[in-house]
Amino acid sequence: MGRFVSDSPALTDAPSFSSCFHCGLPVPDGAHYPIQFEGDTRQACCRGCQAVAQTIIDSGQGAYYTHRTVLPATPQQAEAELAQLGLYDLPEIQESFVRTETENIREAALILENIVCAACIWLNERHIAGLPGVLSVEINYATRRARVRWDNSRIQLSAILKAVSDIGYIAHPFDPGRSDDIYKRERNSAIKRLAIAGLGMMQVMMYALPSYTATDMSADIRLLMSWASLILTIPVVVYSAWPFFIGAWRDFKRRTLGMDVPVALGVGTAFVASVYSTFSGHGEVYYDSVTMFIFLLLTGRFLEMNARRRAGAAVEELVKLIPAATTRLPNWPARDEEQVPVARLAVGDHVLVRPGETLPADGVVVEGDSAVSEAMLTGESLPVSKGVRAHVVGGSLNQASPLVVRVDRLGADTRLASIVRLLDRAQSEKPRIGQLADRAAAWFVGLLLLITLAVGLAWYVIDPSKALWIVVSVLVVTCPCALGLATPAALTTATGRLTRLGLLTTRGHALETLAHATDLVFDKTGTLTHGRLSVRQVVPLGGRSEAEVGAIAAALEAGSEHPIAKALRESALSTATASLIHNTPGRGVEGHIDGHIYRLGSPRFAAASETPPAPPESDDSASWVALADESGLIAWFALADTPRADAPAALAALQKQGLRLHLLSGDAEAAVRRSAQQLGIADWHAGALPEDKLAYVTALQQQGRIVAMVGDGINDAPVLAGAQVSIAMGEGADVAQAAADMIMLGSRLGTLADGVALARKTQRIIRENLGWALAYNLVAIPAAALGHVTPWIAGIGMSASSLLVVLNALRLTDFKSRTAPAVADLPLPRPVT
Amino acid sequence: MDILLLLIPLSLVLVGAIAWFMLWAAKSGQFDDLEGPAHSVIMDDDTPPKSDDTPKKN
Repeated sequence: MGRFVSDSPALTDAPSFSSCFHCGLPVPDGAHYPIQFEGDTRQACCRGCQAVAQTIIDSGQGAYYTHRTVLPATPQQAEAELAQLGLYDLPEIQESFVRTETENIREAALILENIVCAACIWLNERHIAGLPGVLSVEINYATRRARVRWDNSRIQLSAILKAVSDIGYIAHPFDPGRSDDIYKRERNSAIKRLAIAGLGMMQVMMYALPSYTATDMSADIRLLMSWASLILTIPVVVYSAWPFFIGAWRDFKRRTLGMDVPVALGVGTAFVASVYSTFSGHGEVYYDSVTMFIFLLLTGRFLEMNARRRAGAAVEELVKLIPAATTRLPNWPARDEEQVPVARLAVGDHVLVRPGETLPADGVVVEGDSAVSEAMLTGESLPVSKGVRAHVVGGSLNQASPLVVRVDRLGADTRLASIVRLLDRAQSEKPRIGQLADRAAAWFVGLLLLITLAVGLAWYVIDPSKALWIVVSVLVVTCPCALGLATPAALTTATGRLTRLGLLTTRGHALETLAHATDLVFDKTGTLTHGRLSVRQVVPLGGRSEAEVGAIAAALEAGSEHPIAKALRESALSTATASLIHNTPGRGVEGHIDGHIYRLGSPRFAAASETPPAPPESDDSASWVALADESGLIAWFALADTPRADAPAALAALQKQGLRLHLLSGDAEAAVRRSAQQLGIADWHAGALPEDKLAYVTALQQQGRIVAMVGDGINDAPVLAGAQVSIAMGEGADVAQAAADMIMLGSRLGTLADGVALARKTQRIIRENLGWALAYNLVAIPAAALGHVTPWIAGIGMSASSLLVVLNALRLTDFKSRTAPAVADLPLPRPVT
Repeated sequence: MDILLLLIPLSLVLVGAIAWFMLWAAKSGQFDDLEGPAHSVIMDDDTPPKSDDTPKKN
């Protein structure tokens, strides 16, 4: 289709003003289709090209025009829309929002427009999943973000987008700016519909009131009032209630029953009956009821829309962490700067991040020394200090001084993107209870229509004058929506909150299972401990102080990268400088400080004798290092892998929550025993191979225990997979690779206790929500069928019941961490753009 | 009661005018930010922040 132009790699400049900016064909005389590109106005040859080019530029993909080497085909006007979708098949365009798993398996993040209730999600999921070549689709109700995986050899992304638009929705590639735009547009139209419905309702009520109270009203005044009401009700029904009719029509075409069907039937029936009686002069008019419950339903939906946005806010906040623009140093190490959109960065670029700015991508510090806050990513409030060679993560906030960072990973490959992807997956996977509720909701509407029919017939026999409004009440009062909303609203809120606290949920069932867990099995190294050596004990000899011997050791080890050397350096302030340092690999180090010769290393090496001195404690849980001067030993250092500082408190909190704790480790018995005693874990097993660990977990499960396993994600993969719910330490590790149901983003063990507490609370809220939705319908339908509920009360009831479900779920955002005061409640870092 | 023959059509016109005003307000962004203006009025700083590299306080 495209014509290859071999001698002109930079096609932006190639087409002159007489050729089309998009496709390169000559622009016909008199044609005016301007395109704004990087501040210039370019001309297109037809409306199709203009639309396509504008789409590309507006979606931040303008770089396509600077990098393309092949001109695209000219889209015909009629095909413009399809061509626009077709663009999304181009690899250049897909780069920013599609992840390629294997050659043909792709995954894209999309955002859906026109989603109004849980049934829309259900419809889209079923429709997309039914396309041949689509492997999986998950849609989050709260954020309306969809994840689609497909086999590129069998279906193209454009076909999937087309399929979505066929059923009346619009799917775009996700980008946070567009998500905001969509939200704004939907909010705006909701406000307008609400305003019209509100005004109509108030004024119609004015006309209705006298007819209820006045006794001496003449027939022509009565008629005038009902005509005035009709005029006011028409815009309310036609404009404000339009979404309900559209939704119902969509359901009708698809032969499904959504929650819009009963509402549309109710509104339609009452309105048509009223119009008939206005014209014929017989019977009742219901304009006041019609306008009122349209207004109430819209109010409910509007509030729910806002609440839903708050529930999904955690993901949105994460996505928005990456700034739009950044400062690139194109000729590093030269210092000339340029402002570029983050989308145009490439791996290997150097960027300058000033204090107060957010890092645009993952990378390595090449210059500067600063404190960086990763609070939004790990839940840790204290800034981490970062110097040269330190890895920094996109989305963290530089706080102290400028840093120059070499970009290592960009866009969909960054740690932040992995976190968002996993969180998305977790939020759109429904646990069993949610799936059950969904299926129930679908049946519910069908059953409801049958009940309504029966009720209508019964009342027609008993009292025909009441039959109509009772039918309308029954249609309106029921709320399958609350049933469908109950689980996703709570899960989205809870997982979002938990991520802010530093515990990332990656699977939908994780919270449910964690809430029921009875046993928590820990790995030791890297989980309860730091996973690296540090100085546990210093024993100075011959009257020297700890600080003095520490400084000598640190000076001797100044140049070494050995773990022991690092530990010694970290533990003491190096006040002295050693010269003539001589390193004997595997034994120790020798050097001169202030004229004295010191030897540091194994006891035999330090003492320089064949009969090594014995360490002060014969405990094999630590390695002992000796320091000697010319006259003999002057100090012992015990080095060991020390427990994390907050481990005792965190484990105590977990035990208080009624969990049984176990410690499994591959380390030697002494080291494990010591850790277990320090941390108060009674069940510990040393020298365990991965198979032993798995066997232990399986044995627990056979006793009916529900096991949560906490490990480091990579070495512990088999046993993590064996446990009912697995939690991996994601500190520094590749989040995407850690095969676990939950990932601890920071190093704070306290988040585990928070996780358990929040999981239990979520479970309780889901049950409350489902219970409420069920109870409401069980009470409301019989009440309405017996004629105790007028249509406007029904409107309030329905709106309130679904709103209550979302608000109840929102209580989870207020969850406070009990193990760390106010950790994640830091103000949001605002990306400087 | 005959006055009603005038008042009712008049009320319709009034409702129409208010509805037009509401739609105009929504369209021109009066409802876009319901919290910002309340705060902006008590901000003393009249100079706009430099657009490029001023470090922002959270």
